[in-house]
Formats: sequence, C-alpha cells, structure tokens
Amino acid sequence: MFPHLRLSGSLPCLAAMPSIAPAMPTPSHLRFFLTSACPPHPFLSFGKSFFVRYCTRIGYTKPYQDQDPKQCPIPSKMQMESSFGGIVCKSRGCQTLCQPPGANVQQRPVSEICRIRDDVLQRKKSAVQITEDYLSRLHETEPHVKSFLYVSEKALEEAAELDRKLGNNEEVGPLAGVPIAVKDNLCTHDMPSTGGSRILEGYRPPYDATAVRKLREAGAVLLGKTNLDEFGMGSSTEGSAFQVTSNPWDLSRVPGGSSGGSAAAVAARQCAAALGTDTGGSIRQPASFCGVVGLKPTYGRVSRFGLMAYASSLDVIGCLASSVLDTAILLSVMAGEDKSDATSSKKDVPTYAASLLPLNLASSKPFEGLKFGIILETIGEGVNDGVLSLIRDAALHIEALGATVTEVSLPTFSKGLPAYYVLAPAEASSNLARYDGVRFGFRADGDELVSMYGQSRGQGFGLEVKRRILMGTYALSAGYYEAFYRRSQQVRTLIQKDFRTALEENDVLLSPVAPTAAFKIGSTFIRIHGSPSLGESDW
Amino acid sequence: MGLPGALPVLNEKVVEYAVKLGLGLHSDISLRSKFDRKQYFYPDLPKGYQISQFDIPICRGGYVEVDLPVEFGGGHRRFGITRVHMEEDAGKLVHAGGDGLSGSLYSQVDLNRAGVPLLEVVSEPDMRNGLEAAEYAAELQRIVRYLGISNGNMQEGSLRCDVNVSVRPKGQDKFGTKVEIKNMNSFSAMQRAIEYEVSRQVCLHEEGFESKIVQETRLWEEGSQRTITMRSKEGLADYRFFPEPDLPEVSITQAYVDSLLEDLPELPNTKRRRYESLGLIMQDVLVLANDSDVAAFLDAVLDKGADLKLTANWIMGDIAAYLKSEKTSISDVKLTPATLAELISLIKDGTISGKIGKEILPELLRKGGSVKEVVEAKGLSQISDPALIEGIIKQVLSSNPKQVEQYRGGKTKLQGFFVGQVMKATGGRVNPTVMNEILLRKLTA
Repeated sequence: MFPHLRLSGSLPCLAAMPSIAPAMPTPSHLRFFLTSACPPHPFLSFGKSFFVRYCTRIGYTKPYQDQDPKQCPIPSKMQMESSFGGIVCKSRGCQTLCQPPGANVQQRPVSEICRIRDDVLQRKKSAVQITEDYLSRLHETEPHVKSFLYVSEKALEEAAELDRKLGNNEEVGPLAGVPIAVKDNLCTHDMPSTGGSRILEGYRPPYDATAVRKLREAGAVLLGKTNLDEFGMGSSTEGSAFQVTSNPWDLSRVPGGSSGGSAAAVAARQCAAALGTDTGGSIRQPASFCGVVGLKPTYGRVSRFGLMAYASSLDVIGCLASSVLDTAILLSVMAGEDKSDATSSKKDVPTYAASLLPLNLASSKPFEGLKFGIILETIGEGVNDGVLSLIRDAALHIEALGATVTEVSLPTFSKGLPAYYVLAPAEASSNLARYDGVRFGFRADGDELVSMYGQSRGQGFGLEVKRRILMGTYALSAGYYEAFYRRSQQVRTLIQKDFRTALEENDVLLSPVAPTAAFKIGSTFIRIHGSPSLGESDW
Repeated sequence: MGLPGALPVLNEKVVEYAVKLGLGLHSDISLRSKFDRKQYFYPDLPKGYQISQFDIPICRGGYVEVDLPVEFGGGHRRFGITRVHMEEDAGKLVHAGGDGLSGSLYSQVDLNRAGVPLLEVVSEPDMRNGLEAAEYAAELQRIVRYLGISNGNMQEGSLRCDVNVSVRPKGQDKFGTKVEIKNMNSFSAMQRAIEYEVSRQVCLHEEGFESKIVQETRLWEEGSQRTITMRSKEGLADYRFFPEPDLPEVSITQAYVDSLLEDLPELPNTKRRRYESLGLIMQDVLVLANDSDVAAFLDAVLDKGADLKLTANWIMGDIAAYLKSEKTSISDVKLTPATLAELISLIKDGTISGKIGKEILPELLRKGGSVKEVVEAKGLSQISDPALIEGIIKQVLSSNPKQVEQYRGGKTKLQGFFVGQVMKATGGRVNPTVMNEILLRKLTA
C-alpha cells in the first residue's frame, strides 16, 4: 500500500511528528513510545522499551548534545524551503543543528535530562555551570525568538543551592540541576503569572501549581515563564497580549500554540525541557511546528491545580522536551493524585521511563505483533502533500519494524472540532468570569459596578478571548443550552466510543499533528485595530 | 477567592449533613446527584459562578410536621418540602455609610465565608399565613439542632430565610404572582413581613391594582415595618446552568444512608407525639420538646422512674428560671437527671418538703452532689411528726392571740399568716399537709 521508504539526500530537520492517541484513556497495554532511549543509567531502571530508528530517518529532530554549545542555534543566514510540507534547512548553520559535523546520522538521541544528571551527579559540571550555559543561550537567542515572558532572577541561586547539597552529599531529586521553563498559565508564587493576558499583567499568585511544585521538589531549576496564546486560546502564540514568539527554525514563522513559547524555548535550547498545557492540541501542535517532542497526558493524569482554567473538562498539563525519554521522566515526576484536584486520577503513577528499551536490547523487529492504525479522517482532504508523504514513510518504517499498519476510520472524527468549539468556549466563558478586576489583576475605573466590570474585562481581555467568551455564553444561555452544549456533550460521548473501538482493534493510533507545518507569522492572523484575532484552524 | 488556577473540592461533611437532613424531613435521598454552576456577576461571588445543584439535588420531596403554639390557637400542620440541595456560600457585602446598598458611600466585600458549604431547603407553597411560615422555619431550626448539623441561629446567619408570598381570590386555584422578600433576621420579623406583604397585595387587589403586583424582590425594613422594592426580577434570570466539570458526581450507597438512619436521634415531632401520649398538655409538650438537650434531660429523669408531671414542672419552672438568670444551658449544669429524680422521689415520700426542695435546687444545679448529702449536711429534713408540729402551732397561736381572735371572727385569710409563722419557726421544714390539717383544727377549735 505504501511506497517503500526512500532516504532523501539531506534530512528534513522538521517533520510532522506523528502524535499518538489523543485525549482518551489509553489501554494499559499501550506502553510503547516512539522514542529514543538513554543508555542504561544507574538511577533509571529500565525494563522493556523501544528504540525506534525510524525517528532518525524521518528527521525527528535530534537533541544536540554533541553540539558546540556556544554556537547560536539560530543561523544568521537562513534559507528555508518548504518541501514535503516539512522544512528543509539549506544553510550551513542550520545543517549543523541536525547533523553535527562528522556525526553519524544513525546516532541515537540522548536524553538531555540524563546527560545533565550524569554531569551533575558525577561532578563533571556544576548545576550553576549548566544553568549558566542555558541562561547564556537564552539571552543570546531571546531577542530573536522571544519565547520568555519572564526570566527568573533566582535560577542561579537555585542551582547554587543544589551544588551545595551535592557538596554535602545530601539527596537530590531526579531532576536535580535540570533547567526547565514553565508556560505562563501555570501559577508560580515567585514569578509573575499572566496567562498571556493583560488582565493578569504583573499578577503574582500566592501559590505554586502542583505540577510546578513537584518539579521544584525534584530539584529542577525553573528558568522562567514562557509565552502563550492568551489563556491558551489559539494555535500560533500570536494571541499573546505581550509578544509574538518566533519559531527558532525560521523566525518568520510561528512556533505554534498555545504552548508556543515552551516549544520554541526547547527547540532553541534555552531550557532542557518545558511545561505546556493542552486543551485542543496546544502541546502537540507547537511541538510539531518546532520539531520537539510534546507529550499530552491523559486527562486527570496530572493535577490541574494551579493551571489557569480554560476548559475544565479538557485542560491537561504536559511537557515538551528534546527526547521522548525526557517527557517520560517529567511525566513520572508531575503525575499523580492530588487532593486539591477532584478530577485527578487515583491510579498509581508508573515509572514511565522504565517502559523504554535501549536499542541494544531491542530485537530487529521490536514492533512484532503490534497493530498500528492510521486515522483515515486525518490524512484526507486539506492535508498538505508533504505531511501525507511523511506519514506514509512513517507507516512503512513501522511496518519494517514488524508492526501491522492499517487505516482505521473514526466516523465521528470530523465532529470533534465543532463539538470542541461549543464545549471549550462554554467552559471558558465560565472559568474566565472570575477575572473581573475586583480582587486581583487589572481593574479599570467605572462609575458603577457594571461599567467597572465591563471596562476591566473589555480592556484586559484580548479579542480572541472575548470572542470565545461570547460564544460560550451564547451556547449556555436559556433556550440554547440543549441545542448546543448538551448536544456537543453527547457528540463527545460518541467520539469517545469510536476511539475506544479503534483502540480495541489497534495498539496505537497514528495521525499527523497538523495538516501543515509551521505557517508564516501573520498569515492566519488579521490585525484589527492593533489587537490580535485568529482566523481559522484553532486548536 | 476565585484565584486563577484554584479548584473546588467537595467537603464530605456536607453530604453527611444533607442525608441526615433529608432523613429528618422524610425526603427521598438521591443516591446519585451532581453539581452545577449557577452563573452571575456580583462582587461577593468571587468565581463569577456559584457551585450549586440544579436539576438533580441530593434530596427530593419530604415534609415537616408542626404544632402551632397554643396561644395562637394551636393545631397540627404538615408542610411539604420540595427539595434539599448542597451549594456553596458567597461572600458578604458590608455597605458603609448607610443603612443598606442605597445611600451607602462604599461597599466592602468579606470573602471569609465564600466557598463554605450550605444546605438549601425549599418548601412547597403550603403555608397560609405568617404564623405558619414562622413555625415552619422554627421547626426546621429545631430539626437541624436536634440532628446536630447546625445551630440554626438566625442572628448569626447560620439559618437564613427568604420567603415568596402571593395571594389569590378565594376560590381561585391558580396561584397569584409571587413576590420574594429578603432581609428578615428573626422568625417574628418573618411573620410580620409576610403579614404586611399579604395585606399590601390584598389591598392592591381590592383597589383593582392587582397588575401592580410584579415578580420582584422586596426588602423587609425592620425600622418602618414594611417591605420595599429592591430590584425587579424582569422575569427569571438566566443563570446558564451547566454541570460543574471540576467536581465528579456525588455517589452514595444505600448502606451509607441506612447507617445514618440508624443513628438518627428521635425527631422533634416524634417526641411531641410521645409526650402527648404520656399525658402532658400541648403547651408543656411544646416547651419541653423545643430543645433537644432539655428533652433528653427529661427523658433521662423519666427513665429513673420519676413522675412525669412533677418532672415537667421542675424543668419548666425552677430549672428554667435558673438557666435564664444564670444564662446557662441544661447541658452545662451540675445537676444530673438522676439527682432530679432523687429530689422528686424524696419530696414525694415526705423526707423533705417541697419548699426545701426548691431551696436546695440552686446548689444542686451549681455544685451537683446528691440530695441526701445536701439535706443531711444542712439538716433540712422535713418535720412530719404531728406531735412536734402541734407543739409549734400551739406556740404560734399563743404568741399571736389577736390574729387568732380575728381569724375566729371571720378573717379566714389570716391562715396564711399563721402558716408563715409556722414555716418561720420550723425553718421551712414542716410538712405542709400535716401542718395545715393540725392548724385548721386548732384554729377552728
């Protein structure tokens, strides 16, 4: 069915990374990750896992551990050419990024977290040195990428504290010394948390989000807060009230959204990993656009406490990193039941990294017996040819690794977007009601209560947010609730059913993350009176 | 506070209290119920929505049985309950510089109670006057106190009441337009507010202005004793209810409900029926069954075999007076039910006189101890020996010859004087029955 895989001359360094099973509970036997693995490391006990060579062939962006760290990852002269819907780097500088001089193309990506931990525990480098390295890269690239809304002033202090602990042979956590960035819709008590909105400009929460707290307890160094589409509403990060983040691979293109800042920061090596949030693709799409790994966990796996709510029944916190192993490590740290989140899952948190097998322990056909299904409805009309061919190549490779690959149809799939467009704005209209200028955040003067509310929210919220609040309010209003909100919930149940059926017959479902690769800044974006607003394709 | 990123968590206790209340109101308990968001903007509502229960409340149906006070004609009523649901409280607005919102200079928002769980009880429109409504509310207060789920204190705000009042011409089935009244902070205020509103609406009807009765919220003004317009409802507000996504479904088992039912105390109405069947008059029943601690005390005394009427009298009389003057409650006094039973039986068998009993009661209440100990310590046992009494009476009579002559001359009221003298001479310990019998004999001899 699929043409045999052919390696092209120069590797595309950006590809639509097939994303696995969306926000549905995954069957317990679904533990295989298309990932790279770290060589067996003392602190991570490995059981079975897989190393998939196809990643390197398709051009899954390799972490650049062999990079000369002083080299700016953003080439001064860049020529980007759109081919296969992916982006092929032609400039020498960028070439270096994908293929380190003299590096073996087959070299497997190494976990950045593992590497840092290795350096730190074996005292090859101090935590301060590592943080300094990242910070200097951050500052060098920030004028171009603009992924950060706030850079921590305490990062080196935190790193120094770790060094002191290590010096005293005190115990440190699994993320000791790892510099991580946090998307700005997650509350951090010591850094402003704006949600990308003017209505929270300068706001400092009195507490840390649970996920953030867990990272801190694991020893991570929090570098700062990354840019996003306002309150998570958008798919390009152009919806931020403060700045537009550029895709590090091509500064004229968007990094995706809404976790665009996080994705760009990881891609530009400004941090080892970053937290993001996903309601309708906001981790997966920017990860794809920036060529990094994005992990969207199952709803309820990670506590939402401290995440500025957009759509309560859809929001999740996840992570972006340069390798799947890194995301597995991060998920193990962040996940777990939280008494402060009544929707968090009570299930035990496994050591996800333990499911990842190093290459030298894998057989030649590691996917023997597995069934992969490509979702038919995602490879049809409207999908870029380049993306389609990459998916087909991926399928071939997976077959070569021993799996059975078929196409599976989810008849209700196309109903997902319209249902999302009713449910998410409806919940958002409710979740954003608390931003009224009374107790915190931006307040505009008004003669009386209603005008104070109106002015504060009118001036504080961006156009897209206002648009969605209006849509959501309408969908919930008397006379329309049945037709819109309830109907959409019913459709949602049907979509779930289809996915469950498909996952009974297949171990893994594949689809492209987005119908295209990263698009130009301003292309789907109409500037009206200087305020951002989004046209179509919204995640 | 409704801070960004904050999430609600269900308090287990409110579920327990809701089930207990539902059982106390004879409601159907929903084993599965859910929460919904009720959305509107107001400064005392931090999230911009209130977590409540809309279409699937935890309790549905039920009734309350009330005995109207004897002084208002008495009578037994049953009022229906529509539902009981759980919800969260909003904050409190304090208007500074004026009596209320209008006329105030600024308002302050106190969010301390925002998010605290509440139970809302909605009644059927079964009450026909202010008294019935006030008694209904008082019975609810009694029930929640009996169940131990609230102190039901209206002044503190632990119990809040809003009423809806409508009138209709006699013979009409359909209810008239209802008007909501808020801001009553006692049962009597409620009663007066309802009576005022009823008369206001009836007047409008009689003058042909019934169309002026609109669905609105009116405030009860305690000062001027009338209701005034607060805001017109303009039809029903659209609260855009939808299921609360941050809280899972509330799911309880029949076993859980049954276990709460087992431990449910005897409810006020059942107690009243029981006291009535024991022979107490309604007036006394209402007093004794009003406070569950008092009723429990009474029951404990009765358990020791004491006479019902006497016990009731002691509790409603001397003990109640003591509690009032010392501003204490029956659960805080040192007097035990056993001791009261002892006191009653010792008076009954003549060991001490009733008067002495009353004298030593305060000490028993304050310090405890047994009756026998106190009596012995103070040498207060009753004098019942007729010979002794006769001797004392003879002495009294001989010391007061003038009064004896007056008595024999027709002033029979002077008996009281002699009784007083004998009491004085015996330190109040004389057996009154024996004394009276001998005294009369001596006086009329």
